[in-house]
Amino acid sequence: MEGIRLIEVKEEILSDNKEAANLLRDRLAESRTYLVNLMASPGSGKTSLILRTLEALSGKLRMGVIEADIDSMVDSEKVAAQGVPTVQIRTGGFCHVDASMVAKGIDALDLSALDCVVVENVGNLVCPAEVDTGALKNVMILSVPEGDDKPLKYPLIFTVCDALIVNKVDYLGLSDFDMNALKQRVRNLNPRMHIFEVSCKTGQGIDAWAGWLHREVTGFTGR
Amino acid sequence: MHELAVTKSILDIVLRHAVANGVEKIMAVQLRVGELSDLEDEWMQNYFDYLSKETIAEGARLKIERTPVVVRCDNCSHEFRVNMKETKDIVCPECGGTKSQLLSGREYFIKNIEVI
Repeated sequence: MEGIRLIEVKEEILSDNKEAANLLRDRLAESRTYLVNLMASPGSGKTSLILRTLEALSGKLRMGVIEADIDSMVDSEKVAAQGVPTVQIRTGGFCHVDASMVAKGIDALDLSALDCVVVENVGNLVCPAEVDTGALKNVMILSVPEGDDKPLKYPLIFTVCDALIVNKVDYLGLSDFDMNALKQRVRNLNPRMHIFEVSCKTGQGIDAWAGWLHREVTGFTGR
Repeated sequence: MHELAVTKSILDIVLRHAVANGVEKIMAVQLRVGELSDLEDEWMQNYFDYLSKETIAEGARLKIERTPVVVRCDNCSHEFRVNMKETKDIVCPECGGTKSQLLSGREYFIKNIEVI
Protein backbone atom coordinates (compact mmCIF):
# COMPACT_ATOMS: atom_id res chain seq x y z
CA MET A 1 0.00 0.00 0.00
CA GLU A 2 1.32 3.36 -0.98
CA GLY A 3 1.97 5.92 1.68
CA ILE A 4 2.20 3.51 4.57
CA ARG A 5 5.48 3.56 6.40
CA LEU A 6 6.87 1.63 9.27
CA ILE A 7 8.19 3.25 12.43
CA GLU A 8 10.35 1.14 14.70
CA VAL A 9 9.16 1.33 18.30
CA LYS A 10 11.10 -1.45 20.05
CA GLU A 11 9.79 -0.77 23.52
CA GLU A 12 8.73 -2.99 26.33
CA ILE A 13 5.03 -2.51 26.95
CA LEU A 14 5.45 -2.45 30.67
CA SER A 15 8.53 -0.19 30.55
CA ASP A 16 6.96 2.62 32.61
CA ASN A 17 6.29 0.16 35.40
CA LYS A 18 9.76 -1.35 35.09
CA GLU A 19 11.22 2.11 35.58
CA ALA A 20 9.00 2.79 38.61
CA ALA A 21 10.00 -0.60 40.04
CA ASN A 22 13.71 0.13 39.61
CA LEU A 23 13.33 3.56 41.24
CA LEU A 24 11.57 1.93 44.16
CA ARG A 25 14.33 -0.66 44.51
CA ASP A 26 16.91 2.15 44.57
CA ARG A 27 15.01 3.84 47.38
CA LEU A 28 14.78 0.60 49.34
CA ALA A 29 18.49 -0.07 48.86
CA GLU A 30 19.26 3.37 50.27
CA SER A 31 17.25 2.79 53.44
CA ARG A 32 18.28 -0.88 53.46
CA THR A 33 14.69 -2.07 53.67
CA TYR A 34 13.82 -5.42 52.16
CA LEU A 35 10.60 -5.63 50.16
CA VAL A 36 8.87 -8.93 49.52
CA ASN A 37 5.83 -9.36 47.28
CA LEU A 38 3.42 -12.05 48.45
CA MET A 39 1.09 -13.48 45.81
CA ALA A 40 -1.58 -16.18 45.96
CA SER A 41 -5.19 -17.05 45.18
CA PRO A 42 -8.02 -15.67 47.31
CA GLY A 43 -8.40 -17.75 50.44
CA SER A 44 -5.01 -19.45 50.27
CA GLY A 45 -3.91 -17.86 53.53
CA LYS A 46 -1.92 -14.73 52.67
CA THR A 47 -3.09 -12.76 55.67
CA SER A 48 -2.77 -15.77 57.99
CA LEU A 49 0.78 -16.32 56.77
CA ILE A 50 1.65 -12.67 57.34
CA LEU A 51 0.28 -12.87 60.89
CA ARG A 52 2.28 -16.05 61.58
CA THR A 53 5.41 -14.52 60.07
CA LEU A 54 5.08 -11.34 62.15
CA GLU A 55 4.75 -13.49 65.24
CA ALA A 56 7.78 -15.64 64.35
CA LEU A 57 10.00 -12.64 63.55
CA SER A 58 8.79 -10.42 66.38
CA GLY A 59 11.82 -8.92 68.15
CA LYS A 60 14.14 -10.08 65.35
CA LEU A 61 13.10 -7.85 62.47
CA ARG A 62 11.24 -4.58 62.26
CA MET A 63 8.42 -5.42 59.90
CA GLY A 64 5.86 -3.38 57.98
CA VAL A 65 2.96 -4.53 55.81
CA ILE A 66 1.30 -3.10 52.73
CA GLU A 67 -2.11 -4.65 52.16
CA ALA A 68 -3.57 -4.44 48.68
CA ASP A 69 -7.21 -5.17 48.17
CA ILE A 70 -9.68 -4.39 45.46
CA ASP A 71 -12.01 -2.71 47.91
CA SER A 72 -11.86 -3.46 51.62
CA MET A 73 -9.89 -2.87 54.80
CA VAL A 74 -10.56 -6.25 56.40
CA ASP A 75 -7.00 -7.58 56.10
CA SER A 76 -5.21 -4.41 57.14
CA GLU A 77 -7.31 -4.18 60.28
CA LYS A 78 -6.23 -7.70 61.28
CA VAL A 79 -2.56 -6.95 60.63
CA ALA A 80 -2.59 -3.51 62.26
CA ALA A 81 -4.04 -5.16 65.36
CA GLN A 82 -0.62 -6.84 65.76
CA GLY A 83 0.91 -3.41 66.36
CA VAL A 84 2.84 -3.48 63.08
CA PRO A 85 2.95 -0.43 60.74
CA THR A 86 0.36 -1.24 58.09
CA VAL A 87 -0.76 0.58 54.99
CA GLN A 88 -3.82 -0.29 52.98
CA ILE A 89 -3.88 0.31 49.26
CA ARG A 90 -7.16 -0.10 47.49
CA THR A 91 -6.68 -0.96 43.85
CA GLY A 92 -10.20 0.17 42.95
CA GLY A 93 -11.05 -2.86 40.87
CA PHE A 94 -7.56 -3.53 39.56
CA CYS A 95 -6.49 -7.14 39.66
CA HIS A 96 -2.88 -6.54 40.79
CA VAL A 97 -0.62 -3.88 42.29
CA ASP A 98 2.06 -2.21 40.22
CA ALA A 99 5.25 -0.46 41.32
CA SER A 100 3.72 3.01 41.51
CA MET A 101 0.96 1.76 43.82
CA VAL A 102 3.52 0.06 46.07
CA ALA A 103 5.66 3.23 46.05
CA LYS A 104 2.66 5.14 47.39
CA GLY A 105 2.29 2.57 50.16
CA ILE A 106 6.00 2.89 50.94
CA ASP A 107 5.61 6.70 51.14
CA ALA A 108 3.26 6.18 54.05
CA LEU A 109 5.77 4.11 56.03
CA ASP A 110 8.85 5.27 57.94
CA LEU A 111 11.47 3.23 56.08
CA SER A 112 14.28 4.16 58.47
CA ALA A 113 12.43 2.23 61.17
CA LEU A 114 11.84 -0.92 59.07
CA ASP A 115 13.96 -3.91 58.02
CA CYS A 116 11.34 -5.62 55.90
CA VAL A 117 8.06 -4.72 54.25
CA VAL A 118 5.67 -7.39 53.01
CA VAL A 119 3.26 -6.48 50.22
CA GLU A 120 0.16 -8.62 50.21
CA ASN A 121 -0.83 -8.56 46.55
CA VAL A 122 -4.41 -8.92 45.30
CA GLY A 123 -5.65 -12.53 45.49
CA ASN A 124 -5.00 -13.76 41.96
CA LEU A 125 -2.50 -16.14 40.33
CA VAL A 126 -2.64 -14.51 36.91
CA CYS A 127 -2.11 -10.76 36.68
CA PRO A 128 0.23 -10.12 39.64
CA ALA A 129 2.75 -12.47 38.03
CA GLU A 130 3.10 -10.13 35.05
CA VAL A 131 3.84 -6.97 36.97
CA ASP A 132 7.06 -5.97 38.74
CA THR A 133 6.12 -4.42 42.09
CA GLY A 134 9.62 -3.20 42.94
CA ALA A 135 10.08 -6.04 45.43
CA LEU A 136 13.42 -7.79 45.88
CA LYS A 137 11.85 -11.21 46.05
CA ASN A 138 8.52 -12.71 45.06
CA VAL A 139 6.91 -15.32 47.23
CA MET A 140 3.74 -17.23 46.50
CA ILE A 141 1.39 -19.40 48.50
CA LEU A 142 -0.42 -22.40 47.12
CA SER A 143 -2.82 -24.05 49.52
CA VAL A 144 -3.50 -27.78 49.48
CA PRO A 145 -7.25 -27.46 48.69
CA GLU A 146 -6.38 -25.61 45.47
CA GLY A 147 -4.77 -28.73 44.02
CA ASP A 148 -1.36 -29.87 42.81
CA ASP A 149 -2.13 -28.98 39.18
CA LYS A 150 -1.72 -25.22 39.56
CA PRO A 151 1.80 -25.09 38.05
CA LEU A 152 0.24 -26.55 34.88
CA LYS A 153 -2.56 -24.01 34.81
CA TYR A 154 -0.69 -20.89 35.92
CA PRO A 155 2.93 -21.50 34.92
CA LEU A 156 4.04 -17.87 34.80
CA ILE A 157 3.66 -17.15 38.51
CA PHE A 158 5.80 -20.19 39.34
CA THR A 159 8.59 -18.88 37.10
CA VAL A 160 8.73 -15.42 38.71
CA CYS A 161 8.75 -16.51 42.37
CA ASP A 162 11.74 -17.25 44.60
CA ALA A 163 9.84 -19.16 47.25
CA LEU A 164 6.67 -21.23 47.32
CA ILE A 165 4.76 -21.79 50.51
CA VAL A 166 2.48 -24.79 50.38
CA ASN A 167 -0.08 -23.87 53.00
CA LYS A 168 -2.79 -25.91 54.75
CA VAL A 169 -0.72 -29.10 54.85
CA ASP A 170 -3.01 -30.13 57.70
CA TYR A 171 -5.52 -30.91 54.93
CA LEU A 172 -3.18 -33.33 53.15
CA GLY A 173 -4.74 -36.49 54.57
CA LEU A 174 -8.19 -35.34 53.46
CA SER A 175 -7.32 -34.69 49.83
CA ASP A 176 -5.75 -36.32 46.79
CA PHE A 177 -3.10 -33.60 46.65
CA ASP A 178 0.19 -35.16 45.53
CA MET A 179 3.06 -33.21 47.13
CA ASN A 180 5.76 -34.96 45.08
CA ALA A 181 3.91 -34.27 41.82
CA LEU A 182 3.55 -30.63 42.83
CA LYS A 183 7.25 -30.29 43.65
CA GLN A 184 8.24 -31.92 40.37
CA ARG A 185 5.99 -29.60 38.38
CA VAL A 186 7.32 -26.56 40.22
CA ARG A 187 10.95 -27.59 39.75
CA ASN A 188 10.35 -28.11 36.05
CA LEU A 189 9.33 -24.50 35.77
CA ASN A 190 11.76 -23.10 38.31
CA PRO A 191 14.57 -25.29 39.67
CA ARG A 192 15.66 -22.57 42.11
CA MET A 193 12.33 -22.32 43.93
CA HIS A 194 12.55 -22.68 47.72
CA ILE A 195 9.57 -24.75 48.81
CA PHE A 196 8.17 -24.63 52.35
CA GLU A 197 5.38 -26.89 53.56
CA VAL A 198 3.42 -25.06 56.23
CA SER A 199 0.16 -24.93 58.08
CA CYS A 200 -0.81 -21.48 59.29
CA LYS A 201 -3.44 -23.19 61.38
CA THR A 202 -1.14 -25.47 63.38
CA GLY A 203 2.07 -23.49 62.95
CA GLN A 204 3.86 -26.42 61.28
CA GLY A 205 6.74 -25.32 59.03
CA ILE A 206 6.45 -21.64 59.91
CA ASP A 207 9.91 -21.57 61.54
CA ALA A 208 11.63 -22.86 58.39
CA TRP A 209 9.94 -20.24 56.22
CA ALA A 210 10.48 -17.41 58.72
CA GLY A 211 14.11 -18.48 59.07
CA TRP A 212 14.62 -18.23 55.33
CA LEU A 213 13.04 -14.77 55.23
CA HIS A 214 15.12 -13.68 58.23
CA ARG A 215 18.35 -14.73 56.47
CA GLU A 216 17.25 -13.03 53.27
CA VAL A 217 16.49 -9.77 55.05
CA THR A 218 19.62 -9.65 57.23
CA GLY A 219 21.74 -10.57 54.20
CA PHE A 220 20.32 -7.52 52.44
CA THR A 221 20.24 -5.01 55.28
CA GLY A 222 23.57 -6.04 56.82
CA ARG A 223 22.02 -5.36 60.23
CA MET B 1 -8.95 -5.41 33.93
CA HIS B 2 -5.44 -6.59 33.24
CA GLU B 3 -5.78 -6.25 29.46
CA LEU B 4 -7.06 -2.73 29.96
CA ALA B 5 -3.92 -1.61 31.83
CA VAL B 6 -1.58 -3.26 29.35
CA THR B 7 -3.51 -1.90 26.38
CA LYS B 8 -3.43 1.62 27.82
CA SER B 9 0.31 1.28 28.09
CA ILE B 10 0.54 0.16 24.42
CA LEU B 11 -1.57 3.10 23.28
CA ASP B 12 0.51 5.62 25.26
CA ILE B 13 3.76 4.30 23.81
CA VAL B 14 2.59 4.21 20.19
CA LEU B 15 1.01 7.68 20.40
CA ARG B 16 4.27 9.06 21.77
CA HIS B 17 6.21 7.58 18.84
CA ALA B 18 3.57 8.73 16.36
CA VAL B 19 3.65 12.31 17.60
CA ALA B 20 7.46 12.37 17.54
CA ASN B 21 7.36 11.22 13.92
CA GLY B 22 4.64 13.60 12.72
CA VAL B 23 2.26 10.76 11.91
CA GLU B 24 -1.25 11.42 10.55
CA LYS B 25 -2.77 8.08 11.32
CA ILE B 26 -1.71 4.77 12.86
CA MET B 27 -2.89 1.81 10.77
CA ALA B 28 -1.43 -1.10 12.72
CA VAL B 29 0.68 -1.97 15.73
CA GLN B 30 2.98 -4.97 15.59
CA LEU B 31 3.42 -6.64 18.97
CA ARG B 32 5.43 -9.55 20.23
CA VAL B 33 3.88 -11.29 23.22
CA GLY B 34 5.20 -14.42 24.91
CA GLU B 35 3.07 -17.56 25.00
CA LEU B 36 3.21 -17.56 28.80
CA SER B 37 1.13 -14.38 28.81
CA ASP B 38 -2.53 -14.89 29.43
CA LEU B 39 -3.60 -11.89 27.37
CA GLU B 40 -6.20 -12.73 24.76
CA ASP B 41 -5.73 -11.16 21.33
CA GLU B 42 -9.41 -10.44 20.90
CA TRP B 43 -9.74 -8.66 24.23
CA MET B 44 -6.64 -6.62 23.67
CA GLN B 45 -8.06 -5.45 20.34
CA ASN B 46 -11.43 -4.65 21.94
CA TYR B 47 -9.79 -2.60 24.67
CA PHE B 48 -7.52 -0.91 22.16
CA ASP B 49 -10.52 0.07 20.03
CA TYR B 50 -12.21 1.48 23.10
CA LEU B 51 -9.21 3.43 24.39
CA SER B 52 -8.04 4.74 21.01
CA LYS B 53 -11.33 6.41 20.06
CA GLU B 54 -10.77 9.94 18.79
CA THR B 55 -7.00 9.52 18.69
CA ILE B 56 -4.85 9.02 15.59
CA ALA B 57 -4.72 5.34 16.52
CA GLU B 58 -8.48 4.84 16.17
CA GLY B 59 -9.19 1.83 14.00
CA ALA B 60 -5.61 0.55 14.13
CA ARG B 61 -5.19 -3.20 14.06
CA LEU B 62 -3.08 -5.02 16.65
CA LYS B 63 -0.91 -7.63 14.93
CA ILE B 64 0.13 -9.94 17.69
CA GLU B 65 2.96 -12.37 17.16
CA ARG B 66 3.38 -14.99 19.87
CA THR B 67 6.88 -15.94 20.90
CA PRO B 68 7.14 -19.57 21.89
CA VAL B 69 8.21 -20.84 25.27
CA VAL B 70 11.82 -21.95 24.85
CA VAL B 71 13.94 -23.44 27.61
CA ARG B 72 17.58 -24.48 27.87
CA CYS B 73 18.46 -27.80 29.48
CA ASP B 74 20.67 -27.36 32.56
CA ASN B 75 22.41 -30.62 31.83
CA CYS B 76 23.30 -30.49 28.12
CA SER B 77 22.41 -26.86 27.20
CA HIS B 78 20.09 -28.05 24.45
CA GLU B 79 17.44 -25.42 23.69
CA PHE B 80 13.95 -26.65 22.95
CA ARG B 81 10.40 -25.48 22.63
CA VAL B 82 7.74 -26.37 25.17
CA ASN B 83 4.00 -26.40 24.73
CA MET B 84 2.85 -25.33 28.19
CA LYS B 85 -0.76 -26.29 27.56
CA GLU B 86 0.11 -29.94 26.89
CA THR B 87 3.29 -30.52 28.81
CA LYS B 88 3.18 -32.05 32.25
CA ASP B 89 6.88 -32.51 32.79
CA ILE B 90 9.55 -30.68 30.86
CA VAL B 91 12.06 -33.26 29.71
CA CYS B 92 14.99 -32.51 27.43
CA PRO B 93 14.55 -34.42 24.16
CA GLU B 94 18.34 -34.76 23.82
CA CYS B 95 19.50 -36.04 27.20
CA GLY B 96 16.33 -36.63 29.20
CA GLY B 97 17.31 -33.93 31.73
CA THR B 98 14.45 -32.51 33.78
CA LYS B 99 15.97 -29.19 34.87
CA SER B 100 15.90 -26.21 32.56
CA GLN B 101 15.87 -22.43 32.39
CA LEU B 102 13.27 -20.30 30.68
CA LEU B 103 14.78 -18.43 27.72
CA SER B 104 11.72 -16.86 26.15
CA GLY B 105 7.97 -16.82 26.44
CA ARG B 106 7.44 -13.91 28.82
CA GLU B 107 7.97 -10.94 26.51
CA TYR B 108 5.72 -7.94 25.98
CA PHE B 109 7.22 -5.92 23.21
CA ILE B 110 6.07 -3.36 20.68
CA LYS B 111 8.05 -3.90 17.48
CA ASN B 112 6.78 -1.19 15.17
CA ILE B 113 3.78 0.77 13.95
CA GLU B 114 2.42 1.07 10.43
CA VAL B 115 1.49 4.69 9.82
CA ILE B 116 0.49 7.20 7.20
